[in-house]
Amino acid sequence: MDHQPATPKPTRVYYFGTCLVDLFFPDAGMAGIELLQAQGLTVVFPQGQSCCGQPAYNSGYRAEALKVARAQLDLFPGDDPIVVPSGSCAGMMKKHWPDLFHGEPDEAKAVQVASRVWELTQFLVQALEVRLTDKGEPVRVTWHASCHAQREMGVVDEPKALLRQLANVELVELAREKECCGFGGTFAVRHPEISAAMVGDKVADIAGTGAARVVSGDCGCLLNITGALEAGRQPVQGQHIAQFLKERTHG
Amino acid sequence: MADGTVDFAAASRAALQDPQLRGNFRRAMDGLMGKRAAQFPDAAEWRGVRELAAAVRLRALAKLPELLERLEENCSRNGITVHWAATTAEANAIALDILRKVDAKLVVKGKSMVTEEMHLNAVLEDHGIEVLESDLGEYIVQLDGTMPSHIIMPAIHLNTKQIAHLFKRKIKDAESREDAAYLTDLARRVLRAKFLAADVGMSGVNAAVAETGTLCLIENEGNGRMCTTVPPVHIAFMGLEKVVEKLEDVPPVISLLPRSATGQPITTYVNMISGPRKSGEKDGPREVHLVILDNGRSSIYADPELRDTLRCIRCGACMNHCPVYTKVGGHAYEAPYPGPIGKILVPQIEGLETRGALPHACTMCNACVEICPVKIPIVEIMGRLRVEAVRPGGAVKDGGAKASRAEAMVWSGWAAMNASPTAYRIATLAMSRLGNAAPSSLPLLKDWTRVDNEAVRSKPRFATRTLHDLARAKGIPDA
Repeated sequence: MDHQPATPKPTRVYYFGTCLVDLFFPDAGMAGIELLQAQGLTVVFPQGQSCCGQPAYNSGYRAEALKVARAQLDLFPGDDPIVVPSGSCAGMMKKHWPDLFHGEPDEAKAVQVASRVWELTQFLVQALEVRLTDKGEPVRVTWHASCHAQREMGVVDEPKALLRQLANVELVELAREKECCGFGGTFAVRHPEISAAMVGDKVADIAGTGAARVVSGDCGCLLNITGALEAGRQPVQGQHIAQFLKERTHG
Repeated sequence: MADGTVDFAAASRAALQDPQLRGNFRRAMDGLMGKRAAQFPDAAEWRGVRELAAAVRLRALAKLPELLERLEENCSRNGITVHWAATTAEANAIALDILRKVDAKLVVKGKSMVTEEMHLNAVLEDHGIEVLESDLGEYIVQLDGTMPSHIIMPAIHLNTKQIAHLFKRKIKDAESREDAAYLTDLARRVLRAKFLAADVGMSGVNAAVAETGTLCLIENEGNGRMCTTVPPVHIAFMGLEKVVEKLEDVPPVISLLPRSATGQPITTYVNMISGPRKSGEKDGPREVHLVILDNGRSSIYADPELRDTLRCIRCGACMNHCPVYTKVGGHAYEAPYPGPIGKILVPQIEGLETRGALPHACTMCNACVEICPVKIPIVEIMGRLRVEAVRPGGAVKDGGAKASRAEAMVWSGWAAMNASPTAYRIATLAMSRLGNAAPSSLPLLKDWTRVDNEAVRSKPRFATRTLHDLARAKGIPDA
């Protein structure tokens, strides 16, 4: 585990919404803010934020990634945690920013900011130790774990633990939970055929659970998976975990 | 192979359209992942043995030049003749020279990926020398006239039925029986006669021990032992990174290798080869040669970040766990080393001009990194190679070969938009208002939504208000 539970519990957090949430899933982003507020926290959303820089970083354009990452650095003064509703963007900030800024004049600041980054479900479980009360109808869901949440942020059990707190939610795990859905950022358009084959396997796995919804914590995966579910006319709906949790707990 | 750009995308498209192939790989890789997992029920033991093996490999690489000298010294003392080859052409010339001196007509081979790298079989056949692969999987692909599709299980792309058909076509008096035991026995009968008749036996090396001059070779079929003990001459081939310092460095490697590769606790045969037949001994070859191949490895070694590529012990577990490899199979890579390790090793050996696409054939999911028994940061090296591909100069052959002014402009524009809050606000406003009007025929959107004219994904829908808008409207503090 990267983090020890913060004692005393934090009262103020920054929220880094990510560019994909901003453009495609703003309601999920807002739900994340409201989940944190429901725990009595002050949530700060710096309006100057844009993107963590990952698209350019993973495409071989490190100078461009650095320029974008640097533009975020001054938005989070102080020591308050920075909560990100995405394992992939959180992983970019926490794990890759220190490498990206290595040898740069603002390296120390980047390392300090990186060390304060949490993925949303990780923060809810580890830092806030939330207890959720389910107010929804019985539903069967499955969980899609993003590769970067699992393998860069070490977030494996937290989201499932949150889903299991909900009395009327039956969680059916995927047969191949750990297998990539085939998004991979620019991979999906560089190798559309392979990506489509990968998401095809993922959708079949999801359909096999009999779940009404597939819940995930990463919007790249969700764009890919919900896109494939729609194209294949599957009745399963995709949803970001923040939005799902908010729906279930706000009645 | 390096005679032109290798088109991974085209080759993978063909593989994806072969349901038999996809089924064979899916089943085989699912089985292998399960078997590997069963070998490591105890996470603490896995972490411990992995640290140990990684440390063995790191220490060996840290002392590589010195260890190679000691290896040569101690091998020579044991009567093993050591040859150095800077290129595959040199390695082939060395092999041919040894074969000529003993007037060899027939060679039997155990599995060796380095000889695949050298295209040795084709070279020998061009010189009129018969060469027979004796590992069952290698024998099958040789009969089929193809390449190995996996570094540990060369014929994993074929099922029993396909192998039965192949044997029926190629082996005299073969019956058409889809029975693994029968087929294995059939191959064994063919191979036995050849072991006894061969003039030279060839093999790879899993680890070469510098302090003792011992060549360690692990295998399951006994063919490696036959190749290295029955013919009068044995030639072993290794990449220069395969050296380890001490004898006690061998157990962690030969324990983790089969556990990671095939889920076996240990291979059936562990051969420790320490020289030719000594006077008074009843068996063993008269001559033992060791060919140590560089082929670009010393350039990889020179870069501290890329050097980790050379830690590899060739277990193939990264392939078994790679979701891309599982879909397209090994032949799509058109390289001796497919899958994740191939995607980082082959471009460094052959250059980014012909192989620059390989580091992009990866979603960076890190499944390979999670299970690599020697902790190679495969995905970090993949990212580094993506940088080298668009940056002229640099440490890798043909650096900058994939640089494109159009792509550079796109990323420069992207950076300008995301580095300025005002530009970002205008751009996201435009996208949220106009993005959904973009026709699906736009280049990137078309790739996203349709493959082979079939709808694979719906168009992503831009939200009408961004999170920035919502947060502002709800009065979420900005600072």
